[in-house]
Parts: sequence; C-alpha cells; structure tokens
Amino acid sequence: MQVEITVNGQAQGHDVEARTLLVQFLREVLGLTGTKIGCDTSSCGACTVLVDRESVKSCTMLAAQADGAEVTTIEGLASGDELHPVQVAFHEKHALQCGFCTAGMVMATVSLLDEIPDPSEREVRLGLEGNLCRCTGYHNIVRAVLEAAQAGR
Amino acid sequence: MIPAPFEYVRAGSAEEAVATLAEHGDEAKLLAGGMSLLPLMKLRLATPAMLIDVGRVGELSYVRDAGDHLEVGALTRHRDLETSELLAAQCPPLRTVAAEVGDNQVRHRGTIGGSASHGDPASDLPALLLALDAVFMIRGPASERTVSATEFFRGFLETALEPDELLTEIRVPKTPDAGFSYEKFQRRAQDWAIVGAMAVRNGSTRVAMVNMGGTPLRAVAVEEALAGGASIEEAAERAADGTEPPSDINATPEYREHLARVLVRRALEAASG
Repeated sequence: MQVEITVNGQAQGHDVEARTLLVQFLREVLGLTGTKIGCDTSSCGACTVLVDRESVKSCTMLAAQADGAEVTTIEGLASGDELHPVQVAFHEKHALQCGFCTAGMVMATVSLLDEIPDPSEREVRLGLEGNLCRCTGYHNIVRAVLEAAQAGR
Repeated sequence: MIPAPFEYVRAGSAEEAVATLAEHGDEAKLLAGGMSLLPLMKLRLATPAMLIDVGRVGELSYVRDAGDHLEVGALTRHRDLETSELLAAQCPPLRTVAAEVGDNQVRHRGTIGGSASHGDPASDLPALLLALDAVFMIRGPASERTVSATEFFRGFLETALEPDELLTEIRVPKTPDAGFSYEKFQRRAQDWAIVGAMAVRNGSTRVAMVNMGGTPLRAVAVEEALAGGASIEEAAERAADGTEPPSDINATPEYREHLARVLVRRALEAASG
C-alpha cells in the first residue's frame, strides 16, 4: 500500500506492505537508524518518535497508521549544527552511558516538555516511565530534563 | 517481530466500519490505537486476515455532558480522558484511572473503547467501568444495543461484542464528589497491575479488582459486608472470597489473594479519607 508520511519535514511517499511497522519504515525504508529497536514489545521506549508532536512507540504502530502524519525522529531535532535544547541538556548533564536508550529518552522528553513545560522532578520521572535505561542512568536523565525545561523558560 | 500479512482498510465512519465488518465477519479485526492488538499480532497470537482501522473515526472521540451521566466516545484516547476538564469536574475517577494506563506513549495512542473491547482483566479501565456500572453502546449491522458493564466482560479477553459489532460509546454516571482510590500494585512503573483494587464511595460503596480472575471483578463480598455494617478492616478480609486469581511469573494465586485483601483495605481507607 502507498503511504505518505512527512518525516523530519520531508514528504516521503513509499509503497510498503500493510504490516510494515513505523520503526521499520523509518530504519529500513528511510535509513534513519537513530531510532532504536530495543524490546520490540512496547515496553522499553527506545523506539520513541513524535507523531504529530506526540511521543509514540514506533515498534507498536503501523506505518499505515501514520499515513498523512508528521513524524519527527532524533535526526530531525537539531537545526543544522545547532542541537535542540533537550540534546544540549543531555550532553551537558551527561544523561547517558551506553547511549542505546538516548534517542528514545530525548524524543519522550521533547513530548513531555511540550505538554508540561515546567515539570516537577516527580512529573519528569512519571513522564518518562515508558523509557527504560539499562545503564541505570536515570538521575542524570532527570537532571537533564529539568535543565532543558529551565532553558526553555 | 513483524505481524503476519493482512489486508488493511481504513474506515472513515462508524457506519463504514460496521459495513466492512459485516462483509468480512470473523476474518477481520477492528484496529483503534493498536496498543493491545498490535503486540498480540507481533507475537502471532492473533493473525486476522484483515484490519479495519477505525483510529481516525473522529466522530467517536468525545466526552459529553448528557444531563445525569457523561457520554464518552469509544475512540477517545487515554490522553484526552486524562486532560478532560469535564471529567475532572464530573467523573474524577475516570480521569485518574486513565492517567494510570501504561505510559505517556501508550496513552497518546490507546483508546477507552479499545481497552474495554480487548477485555484484559489486568487492564485498569475495565475494572473502573465495572465499579461505575458503565453502560456500553454497541452498533451492529442491523441495530444498536446497550449492554451493562456486568454483562460486557464475559471471560479472559472475551466481551459481549459479536464479531460484526463495534463499541461506539461508554456512558458513565456523574460522580463529582465520590470518594475514590485506585491501589495499583506493580513491580515497574509502567507495568500492568499484578493486582489492583479500586473503591468508589458515593452513598453506597463499590469495590472492583484488577487481575484477580478471567475478567475484572466486583468484590461483592466486601460490598455486602460494608452494607451490613462491617468495618473496613473486616470487610477487606473478604476481598478474595470466590475469586480464582491467575498464577504467573509475578505472583501465585495465594499471593494475589493476600494482595487483594491488603489493597482493598487501602483503597477503602483512602476513598473514605
């Protein structure tokens, strides 16, 4: 079937099987491998991207369901060489160890701050409950999100 | 993991969805947010030949004031329930429980009707709909019918919905001043409840439990004990009466029975506070 999805501002029209998952579409059809597949069962959040500005787990959504939507992946956050404020905060607060969960954490954070621009620490922890970090780097991640919120004020 | 091949059709309206269902019957499944169905399909536990995507049927996404009750469209997302001012004012328990479902990403996609139709006894919303005595509006090829919450949840992943029917709306009573608490016991923040207990105190007291059997359950023995004048502590001791809780990697049936007694007591205490 034909799907038309705007990914990181670019219109993408492709003929795909109906069963194609959004994450497969991004990684295999478009070559955008910044979005990771972790658990593949919508538990870990590594595949988080934005669909019409809201965080979703792209391993549990069909490309067909995103037909006509605007998708943003980690590759689409920076403008040129200038990192997105959330990326800057993750960098400055060293909010990663191995980096596998990072793209999903950053995208979930962008969505969270869109909905709650000035969250409490508890709201940050609850807001990121859908993203797992196996390196147990949560404290620095929470610090980074709070910092990004402050930078955005 | 990738689902088995299927044909994909997008329905533009409830009417169109029902007509397509009527044509394909058992072979087709309705897809709303996909938060329950897609994982089942990826694990090949479900292999429908056709998916009818109702995710964009906007006419079924709403929360409306209908006098003595509220009407909630079946395709209203958890996120929209969580942020609904009407629910916050008129049915706070529904707002609270919607915010407990999964995580932000899941709540951005999942819908109340999808969760109810899936009929998972470990899900949060079905137990609340039971506790609130919600009414389910169902549309079939020829007619519409209404089903009470007690009759809607039939068995494990089994509801009163026939293969050619679509759940269109859920009606919940207004409970602006009800005492309410949901005690959800889980190992990780985003997990399903190992056991959950909720109490709604609004004149009488209703208690419902999550993951204590094949369907969401009312703790009838607890409700009767309270109505008969028992204290919260005495009544909560009867939470597991008549239940057959499941055994899985997280808990034995005996442990679940223990959790039910403790969580029901806590829910009742919190709802009375």
